Amino acid sequence: MNPVNYLYLASLLFAIGATGVLIRRNAIVVFMCIELMLNACNLALVAFSRMHGNLDGQIIAFFTMVVAAAEVVVGLAIIVSLFRSRHSASVDDASLMKL
Amino acid sequence: MSFPLLTATAVVPAVGAIATAAVPAAKRTAAKWLALFFSLATLALAAVVAVRFNTGSGADRYQLTESHSWIADFGVRYELGVDGIGVALIGLTALLIPFIIVAGWHDADPQETGNTRWRPTQGFFALILMVEAMVILSFEATDVFLFYILFEAMLIPMYFLIGGFGDRAHSGSDQNAAAQRSYAAVKFLLYNLVGGLIMLAAVIGLYVVAGTFSLTEIAEMRASGELNMATNTERLLFLGFFFAFAVKAPLWPLHTWLPNAMGEATAPVAVLITAVVDKVGTFAMLRFCLGLFPGASEWATPVILVLALVSIVYGALLAVGQRDIKRLVAYASISHFGFIIMGIFAMTTQGQSGATLYMVNHGISTAALMLVAGFLISRRGSRLIADYGGVQKAAPILAGTFLIGSLATLSLPGLAPFVSEFLVLVGTFARYPVIGIIATFGIVLGALYSLVLYQRTMTGPVKVETAKMPDLKLRELLVVGPLIVLLVFLGVYPKPLTDVVDPAVGHTLSDVYGDENPDPEPEVAAK
Amino acid sequence: MENLIALLVAAPLLGAVILLCGGRRLDRTGHWLGTLLALGSFVVAALLFTDMLGRDGEDRAMHQHLFSWIPVGGFQADIAFQLDQLSMTFVLLITGVGSLIHIYSIGYMEHDERRRRFFGYLNLFLAAMLILVIADNYLLLYVGWEGVGLASYLLIGFWQHKPSAATAAKKAFLVNRVGDMGLSIAIMLMFTTFGTFAFGDVLAATGETSEGKLTAIGLMLLLAACGKSAQVPLQSWLGDAMEGPTPVSALIHAATMVTAGVYLITRSGAIFNAAPDAQLAVVIVGAVTLLFGAIVGCAKDDIKKALAGSTMSQIGYMVLAAGLGPIGYAFAIMHLVTHGFFKAGLFLGAGSVMHGMNDEVDMRKYGGLRKYMPVTFVTFGLGYLAIIGFPGLSGFWSKDKIIEAAFAYGDGVRPWIFGGVALLGAGITAFYMTRVMLMTFFGEKRWQPTPDPHKEPSAEPAADDAHAGEMPHPHESPKSMTIPMIVLAFGSVFAGGLFSLNESFVHWLEPVTAFEHPHPVISVPAITASTMVVLAIGVAIAWFMYGKRPVPVTAPRGSVLTRAARRDLLQDDFNHVVLVRGGEHLTRSLVYVDHTLVDGVVNGTAASFGGLSGRMRKLQNGFARSYAVSMLGGTAVLVAATLLMRAV
Repeated sequence: MNPVNYLYLASLLFAIGATGVLIRRNAIVVFMCIELMLNACNLALVAFSRMHGNLDGQIIAFFTMVVAAAEVVVGLAIIVSLFRSRHSASVDDASLMKL
Repeated sequence: MSFPLLTATAVVPAVGAIATAAVPAAKRTAAKWLALFFSLATLALAAVVAVRFNTGSGADRYQLTESHSWIADFGVRYELGVDGIGVALIGLTALLIPFIIVAGWHDADPQETGNTRWRPTQGFFALILMVEAMVILSFEATDVFLFYILFEAMLIPMYFLIGGFGDRAHSGSDQNAAAQRSYAAVKFLLYNLVGGLIMLAAVIGLYVVAGTFSLTEIAEMRASGELNMATNTERLLFLGFFFAFAVKAPLWPLHTWLPNAMGEATAPVAVLITAVVDKVGTFAMLRFCLGLFPGASEWATPVILVLALVSIVYGALLAVGQRDIKRLVAYASISHFGFIIMGIFAMTTQGQSGATLYMVNHGISTAALMLVAGFLISRRGSRLIADYGGVQKAAPILAGTFLIGSLATLSLPGLAPFVSEFLVLVGTFARYPVIGIIATFGIVLGALYSLVLYQRTMTGPVKVETAKMPDLKLRELLVVGPLIVLLVFLGVYPKPLTDVVDPAVGHTLSDVYGDENPDPEPEVAAK
Repeated sequence: MENLIALLVAAPLLGAVILLCGGRRLDRTGHWLGTLLALGSFVVAALLFTDMLGRDGEDRAMHQHLFSWIPVGGFQADIAFQLDQLSMTFVLLITGVGSLIHIYSIGYMEHDERRRRFFGYLNLFLAAMLILVIADNYLLLYVGWEGVGLASYLLIGFWQHKPSAATAAKKAFLVNRVGDMGLSIAIMLMFTTFGTFAFGDVLAATGETSEGKLTAIGLMLLLAACGKSAQVPLQSWLGDAMEGPTPVSALIHAATMVTAGVYLITRSGAIFNAAPDAQLAVVIVGAVTLLFGAIVGCAKDDIKKALAGSTMSQIGYMVLAAGLGPIGYAFAIMHLVTHGFFKAGLFLGAGSVMHGMNDEVDMRKYGGLRKYMPVTFVTFGLGYLAIIGFPGLSGFWSKDKIIEAAFAYGDGVRPWIFGGVALLGAGITAFYMTRVMLMTFFGEKRWQPTPDPHKEPSAEPAADDAHAGEMPHPHESPKSMTIPMIVLAFGSVFAGGLFSLNESFVHWLEPVTAFEHPHPVISVPAITASTMVVLAIGVAIAWFMYGKRPVPVTAPRGSVLTRAARRDLLQDDFNHVVLVRGGEHLTRSLVYVDHTLVDGVVNGTAASFGGLSGRMRKLQNGFARSYAVSMLGGTAVLVAATLLMRAV
């Protein structure tokens, strides 16, 4: 099978994820969309690895996974504490980080 | 491998800073003694450096060198070495810090007792030692990148020293004083950061052109003809470096941060700024501007000399017009820095030796004057000249030491600053007679502001507020006495210092002129 | 013997250090220590003098090299001394008169609680003055030069609690600094021209450079001399310097320090001899000052200021003589020495009078004192006769020679102008000195009760409250004060004659300064005769104005010239308007400029950045999703740009 198709799939997934981040307000959903984008990248990297015939892409994919896992830990903790303090998981409600 | 002496001179105060900061809040006095101990240990090490330094002819330019790889990918090395100029300035720094610590003994005592969480005393002395460590290391660094990092890093402790520990004597409300202090601290930081940023661009540019940060390697490449900078590149890089040093030195018109900083800081910190930290600027002009870009330095000389001349006259005139004792000393320092920069860029043996001596002597004389002024201000609680009068009647020793400090500031023959000022003038005059003559007016103006200050504060009818002013205490005498002895000694017998400095100046000038005699020949040949 | 030279300086220097650092425990003995060390220095000088007399004229110069002072490249300054006949003359004068004035001060300053410090300063002055005259190079001379300036500053301002004293001290130092500027430039010129500034090397090499250079050096040295010796246009400080205690006026502002300028010009004779234009300038300065000082001296009612005007005028004579070249150097120095005797004696006499009159200085409030203070009257009288040039006394021998030499200067109208000025000066000298003499010692008693110091501070505050409102009770001063006056009176009478015996003084100095006999345009007896006539006229006018008629206690308004002369011929007014006011305006406006313009540019830049960032921060709205949009947009733009670049 042509590896380029994987790239199309990865692009599609990335686009879905990006759209989700931009249009959804619920922090959990936004978070899931970010994961989707990361995994789209992973897919692309693995595909590149296959296309070029070396392992670099796969190694980076592993890094991405580790980072994604760490991000889930921190991010979910933030979302939970945010929900506890203001009883809402809307990202637009937490717009205090401005001058 | 031999003992890393130069590293030790910086590590000892750095360790001292950490140790002082770690002293528990309740043991303030212990922290002071600990800081004093470490500063004296540094002084001892500096003395060892001075003794080990070989001044004989044919000795290496940079001695006691150390070299280790640091960030290999960018060719950044931890490279240290001292020449005579460095030795003199390390000696000055190591010498002044103990006096600054003793003079500021009570400056950071918390006014409200029982506050156990906040440790201002520990912080104050730790910051001073931190500054010392970085300043000394910057005098030793022969790697441009290492120097740059230190040049910038020393701003951080200085910022906290200015902003966090202001002079308690101020005219307005506490809140107003705090606002002024933070204004001065931020101004200090911003001015120097802008200078540093431009220098960073030039540092990177230098790496792109030369491929290394090492002073010695660049000098070798230049000697072998391997390194050939385009004229414009050299000039741009020179300007980048010079701008940063001119801010720090400070040179007119980049000087306005100094009066604010010195006015708002406590007297010991003001001494730290002008006598120690600012010297890094003038030192770096000698080592980096002239060493790395000799051609561009010669090209820029006329403009720099004029700016230095403006600094001399302008600083002195503004000093005359000041109402605040500390700001007056600050403007006097600007005038003196004009002399130093003029001596450096006169590019003669006398000018540069004089400039180096000037750095040392200005440090000592300003310390003497400013610290006594600090003692005076702490007694009356005011920085305004008009609030004083007739002090000599109540406190003759204080007045006497203040007079000697003033006389040193006006370069009275017999005291150390005269030697350096005259050398700078002669060195400048030999090559640029007109500039030399105009600069000579500075000696009249110097007498004017010094004596006006003395007359208005110390003489005249005794004011009610000054009538009961206590004379200098033992601790204060211990600060001022040795400084005065040193001023007299270096005024009468500066030879130990010139012996150390002269060879280094020869090397610096040979960067610019090669093997030619850098000094204009006298009209009548000597017999 | 040569190793003793440093001892000359070391003794008083040691005294200064001990007395100034010693603290109050030396209050009771300090003045004795100071006097002893001054005398010790005099003994050393006498020893060296006898040793010097035992040698031939040409081998009399002695050298002592102590150590290398500032060695930097070609710039080699040494701490080294040179004692030749010229220096020896000064050393004897300085230590001799200096010791006498130390002794006098023991009595004069007896009631001053800061007497120890006074003696410390006096010793410091002696040390600096000796360095000045025995230095073997111009830079070391400069050290002494400024050192005496410092001592003078400290002593003029000795009564610092009086604002007038503090101001006068500052003024003296500042005006001197203007002169010092001349000396530094002269040294720099020497260094660039000759590569050295040691006396021997510079003076031997004057033939190897252009006259223009030498003229420049000479003019700069003249500027220095003007400052230190209170010559026009830098003379304004000397009158104010009388704020100091009277012994100081006698020692520093009459006998020694103010003559340093004459020393400098004489020492640099070789330079001036080769630069006639510079010499002419010296002569003009001397001539102008000798008239200026004499005119000022005529109008002052303050006894010390009248004497100060006289000092200025007499130094004008010396400078004039020094400008004449080899025909004048020896006479300049001779007049300097005799002047040292009689002027110091006059000042000490004035101090003695003030001591007896509750520190009153206004001569209009003296009168008839000769009966009450006989010793003072006789010694002051002898000094008076000496200064006006009464035949046979010191002043006659030295001043007459200067007038002769002035008549021998150059050709054309020059000898007539400068000789005439010197002659006229002698007449005015006779007038103002007779005036001082008559107003002080003769006529009616015009004594007034001492004013309350709180209302009107008197010049000499030693009086304090003790004498307020009392009538003065004039009395002869203690022995410690009269003995120095008597010794100086002997000098005023005999020194000139002794020096002129077989031209011994001229021959003594000849190896150093060279000497040529002057050939005046009119014969010497004619000059002497006309001097006598002028002198008699001066005395006679003074007698008619102040001897025959009673002297009013309050000064009459006087003519325009008198009023101008009372104000030092408006020099101070000029200085005040141009320099003081102008300077104040300049510094004020510069402070303003620094605050608004130089700082303003920076603050303005900061403010514009602040404004810009105020706009920019609106972009930071805090919505995470809008940040995400901008990130995505930015990435898209970057990718597009990359693709575009690759396509191109």
